[in-house]
Amino acid sequence: MTQKIIVIGAGMASGRVLEHLFDNGADVDVTLFNAEPRGNYNRIMLSPVLAGDQTYQDIVTHDDAWYAERNVTCRFGEKVSGIDRAAKTVTAENGDVLAYDKLVFGTGSNPFMIPLPGHDLDGVIAYRDLEDTERMMSLGEGHKAVVIGGGLLGLEAAAGMAARGVDVTVVHIMPHLMERQLDEAAGYLLRKALVEKGITVKCSANSKEILGENGKVRALLLDDGTELPCDLLVMAVGIRPNVALAQEAGLAVGKGIHVDDQMLTSDENILAVGECVEHNGALFGLVAPLYDQAKVLAQTLMGQDAAFVQKELSTKLKVTGCDLFSAGDFSEAEGREDIVFRDPARGVYKRLVIEDNIVVGAVFYGDTADSNWFFGLIKDKTDISEMRETLIFGPAYQGGEPLDPMAAVAALPADAEICGCNGVCKGQIVEAIQNGATDLDAIKAVTKASASCGTCTGLVEQVLATTLGDDFVMPTAKPMCGCTDLTHEDVRRLIKSKELKSMPAVWQELGWKTSCGCHHCRPALNFYLLADWPLEYKDDPQSRFINERKHANIQKDGTFSVVPRMWGGITTPDELRAIADAADKFAVPTVKVTGGQRIDLLGVKGEDLPEIWADLNKAGLVSGHAYSKGLRTVKTCVGTDHCRFGTQDSTGLGIKLEKELWGSWTPHKLKLGVSGCPRNCAEATCKDIGVVCVDSGYQVSIGGAAGMDVRETTGLIQVDSEDEAIDVIKAVTQMYRENAKYLDRIYKWMAKVGIEWIAERVNDLDERKALVERFELSQTIYRKDPWAEHVKDKAESYKPLADFKKLEAAE
Amino acid sequence: MSDWIDIGALDAVPQRGARVIKTTFGCVAVFRTAEDEVYALDNACPHKQGPLAEGIVHGKSVTCPLHNWVFDLETGQAQGADEGQVATYPAQVAEGRIMLEASFLQLRAAE
Repeated sequence: MTQKIIVIGAGMASGRVLEHLFDNGADVDVTLFNAEPRGNYNRIMLSPVLAGDQTYQDIVTHDDAWYAERNVTCRFGEKVSGIDRAAKTVTAENGDVLAYDKLVFGTGSNPFMIPLPGHDLDGVIAYRDLEDTERMMSLGEGHKAVVIGGGLLGLEAAAGMAARGVDVTVVHIMPHLMERQLDEAAGYLLRKALVEKGITVKCSANSKEILGENGKVRALLLDDGTELPCDLLVMAVGIRPNVALAQEAGLAVGKGIHVDDQMLTSDENILAVGECVEHNGALFGLVAPLYDQAKVLAQTLMGQDAAFVQKELSTKLKVTGCDLFSAGDFSEAEGREDIVFRDPARGVYKRLVIEDNIVVGAVFYGDTADSNWFFGLIKDKTDISEMRETLIFGPAYQGGEPLDPMAAVAALPADAEICGCNGVCKGQIVEAIQNGATDLDAIKAVTKASASCGTCTGLVEQVLATTLGDDFVMPTAKPMCGCTDLTHEDVRRLIKSKELKSMPAVWQELGWKTSCGCHHCRPALNFYLLADWPLEYKDDPQSRFINERKHANIQKDGTFSVVPRMWGGITTPDELRAIADAADKFAVPTVKVTGGQRIDLLGVKGEDLPEIWADLNKAGLVSGHAYSKGLRTVKTCVGTDHCRFGTQDSTGLGIKLEKELWGSWTPHKLKLGVSGCPRNCAEATCKDIGVVCVDSGYQVSIGGAAGMDVRETTGLIQVDSEDEAIDVIKAVTQMYRENAKYLDRIYKWMAKVGIEWIAERVNDLDERKALVERFELSQTIYRKDPWAEHVKDKAESYKPLADFKKLEAAE
Repeated sequence: MSDWIDIGALDAVPQRGARVIKTTFGCVAVFRTAEDEVYALDNACPHKQGPLAEGIVHGKSVTCPLHNWVFDLETGQAQGADEGQVATYPAQVAEGRIMLEASFLQLRAAE
């Protein structure tokens, strides 16, 4: 007897069901409802349609003729308005009542629309069907679009529109793109590829409101106040199984329509398939399991035994021309190790996650050629202990060469700047080498590369080595840490020349050997990045030593010391009272006067820090940064205010300097002194930067030290006015910030680059001005009180996560 | 049958960071790696009792803030030339919450 089958939804899964039924000659009479006014097409291929590589006609799976040949009654553009399970009928929108023997749900999913204010404006769309695609295609060159959602769909929408000349911005709430399929490093590479296509990518960005004008979308407003103007806003933040009709019909529904292994719902005459189902708690979005389900469902309808089994899944994607692969579990578990391979030249990143000598997860970017082999290892739980050393190179490469530590330099393009002082590119150096300059001195003589400050010496040597091969013997330079073979100087230079603006960018482009650095390189990289890219790079507290993360000095017993700033060492009775009150209130065991002319409260509990800061803030006191690799104090004497020998207002200048420089991060701590006369009561000539006032002006000297090394400063310049002195000091500070190795005090840096090199730059008024401007730009971000910020935004993080002591006491 | 105690939200601990749990017998540090794995260890370095929760987290290791001893978060074992071990407690993430096995309270009580 012919089975009457009604199918709701003409998607890829239900389409595959029909193919199985007809291919196997099932005796069925099918009626197919579809809310979209068309039959089954390959929804996955909408992206190539959007990008203009294919047309809608190319992606139609079943055309009118196909349905006609199989006597399928097509009711396209019609919805089902109700189901009577007892009578086994469905009611169509127009009131027709149709009887069924078996009913199949293939209702798919609905795009999730974030209920932001303005989400119902004209021009706010999802990316789900042909209508959405056509809407995007109609936008036209020169228009602006915003895509919310940095997952696969969002990125394909973005890339498709960008290919049509639309100015696209992607807004993603997570720190990196496609966080469910990719890790941070692969996310970075993907982002880079998109940016190269002219797409603006904003991660860690929260959408606040969609702004409109005359009922039409005008811009997206982020919660940091940024407005992104757009003519079209595409929301691609996820999908939800479409279960409304099933729910009305009284079927068992969780997140999706519950089905068993035979794809039967809670009603034995009703089946479901595709994105609308929930099987053993799982939902499905990828096409492979949907096709498996379709086959099982068809077999169930034909009375054959079959069971749907969830399989280990891998994702192999091409997002906008970039090859991606991820499989298994590459996060969240104990007892695992990573094997990481990076090839900066080809933009390749591969990471394997190993547990008990078995590969349990993999993430590949840029080269997915061997992904099936690795997926096989994951599925088969192959013991890889024998091939562990060469595993990451893939099946064809067992027993290869070790990684080339100079890959990063070899990968640099010819126009990458190696020597920042003299503006020498890699290409010029290579040319000089080819013309016979085969050692460092010859390169210096011919190109001037590394002839000034010398910090790029390591890179020049690597260019020599990669160009000359075995003919050049590399001098041994100390690498930054175990994560890389590059020196601090190399890394600094490459951050600038390759414009690396994030930690994952450095790790990938410079071939880091670990997944996320170590306690040696992370604080250094964090400083280099924020010093070179103050606006683009966001300071990473987790890469800072505890003192800088919690803005206080850790003591040997785990308590902290709190030192409020006293500008130029000047205080007031009110400030002193506030300090005394705080010391009483928080039972501070030790109060000490420091060498930098201020007061240290020692022995404060970590969890009390925000409270004591709040109290001190109320009295106008701010952080003294006594814990920072940054500006500490400007020590002064009383100068002309009171002293009979004073020649200038040294206290006033000290206060001005401290107000200009405070909050700035430097390679190591930075202490200043301003003395009002050559008697030098402020001990300015053993500071990092010292000013000694004389009748005729201000003598600025640098590179003093009074620690493990004791050194007198070296004279840099004498200037006539306070303003000039301040500018010179800002310029030197900025030069130090831009060039020195992390944890080198000024005197160590000076010994490497030479006082002449520094003096030359400061004496050049244009260069001085540019340095001051760059310093000021950075200070727009960092010249603020971190205590006040932490009191406001981070106070909770200073408390214990849980307190069982209190709980027990309460019981 | 192990008993898991809900300690707090995963998001309350920064990636590559840690927070402290106070107990009658001292503090336990709960670490979260860049991959969102969580680990619970005694918050005291065997060297000079440095608070490990304040250290820099890298990979599956933490560096003590006082003298740079490095510990494996999984085993609590000191790395490199240093010798020593920190007690570890079973920890997991379930639906965005950090769960510690109740033994972390009992084990510590027995010490």
